[in-house]
Amino acid sequence: MAKKPRGLPQVNSSSMADIAFLLLIFFLVTTTIATDRGLTLVLPPKLDPNQPPPDITKNQRNIFKILVNSQDRILVEDEPFTDIPKLRGMVKEFVLNFGRPKEEDIQLFNSLPPSLRGLSMQTGESSDSPQEAVVSFKTDRGTSYDIYIQILDELQGAYYEIYGERVGISADEFRNLDQRNPADKAKYDAARENLPMNISIAEPSRIGG
Amino acid sequence: MPKFKKNAKTSQDIPTSSLPDIIFMLLFFFMVTTVLRETEILVEQRIPRATQLRKLERKSLVSYIYVGKPRKAEFGTEPKIQVNDIFITPNELILFVQQERDKLSEVEKDQLTISMKVDEEAKMGIISDVQQQLREVNARKVMYAVVRRTDSDRF
Repeated sequence: MAKKPRGLPQVNSSSMADIAFLLLIFFLVTTTIATDRGLTLVLPPKLDPNQPPPDITKNQRNIFKILVNSQDRILVEDEPFTDIPKLRGMVKEFVLNFGRPKEEDIQLFNSLPPSLRGLSMQTGESSDSPQEAVVSFKTDRGTSYDIYIQILDELQGAYYEIYGERVGISADEFRNLDQRNPADKAKYDAARENLPMNISIAEPSRIGG
Repeated sequence: MPKFKKNAKTSQDIPTSSLPDIIFMLLFFFMVTTVLRETEILVEQRIPRATQLRKLERKSLVSYIYVGKPRKAEFGTEPKIQVNDIFITPNELILFVQQERDKLSEVEKDQLTISMKVDEEAKMGIISDVQQQLREVNARKVMYAVVRRTDSDRF
């Protein structure tokens, strides 16, 4: 009995593209691109109600004051201020002033690279040492969140630039150091040693509701 | 006058047999890089821009709080706080944080990070209320979700 001649067996795959498109569009609609990036911050611990709030014993020269009112007008060190990007340089100069350094501060100063040492003015009117320097940032309840983020961004940027330069990397690279990698972690700790990020965010005033 | 004579014998079809492969490649790309939407966001979210972004190390430790003007007019025009598909008052945040903590294992409980996705038109008042409550429950690791700003849209 003679076999019938058969053609090659084929599955019709012309609709495969349509099926794939359908799946693709389904995933495009139901998913979002993960955005787990942002400005990190650690809030201060809760105050103990049984104890009075601690007295502020800091000298005025060690506090870099930033105030924003409900009209989004900015006051930096009691002067009106508009140019937010300039804030970063001012904060860096303030932190690295070394006005009245103690023994360990002189050690810290000598360990810094020349580019950071150059920022030091050593005036009596600015901060004593990076340990003592505090950037105080106070807003009003009516201040817009956008301004708050822009200023916080500049303040953190100033510190990240200092940290980065201290270990010879850019601020960008410093921020992306992986804490779980021992080599990166060592770099991170070396950059932050004796140079805490003292950004104090005060509770907003209630003037502008 | 045409310089070249059209050769009628060659086929004009574009081969489409590799089209499914290309689309599948795109599909896998999107499946890998994106996450499924967990909550329907009920508030406006125009995320402010900044430059000093840091990446969160572990996504499983993150809980999200959304703040902004409600999208539907029936909920009013003042910015509200949304967690898990519902609006809450600042006082209810304590319960929310405790619930989120319970989902984590014992060693990770203190590493809970709160990611705040806030509309840029919100005011600091509501942000401050949220932060006071977070301090109250000792959930002090906070991240303000922002979008990377490029130099071109800087001011």
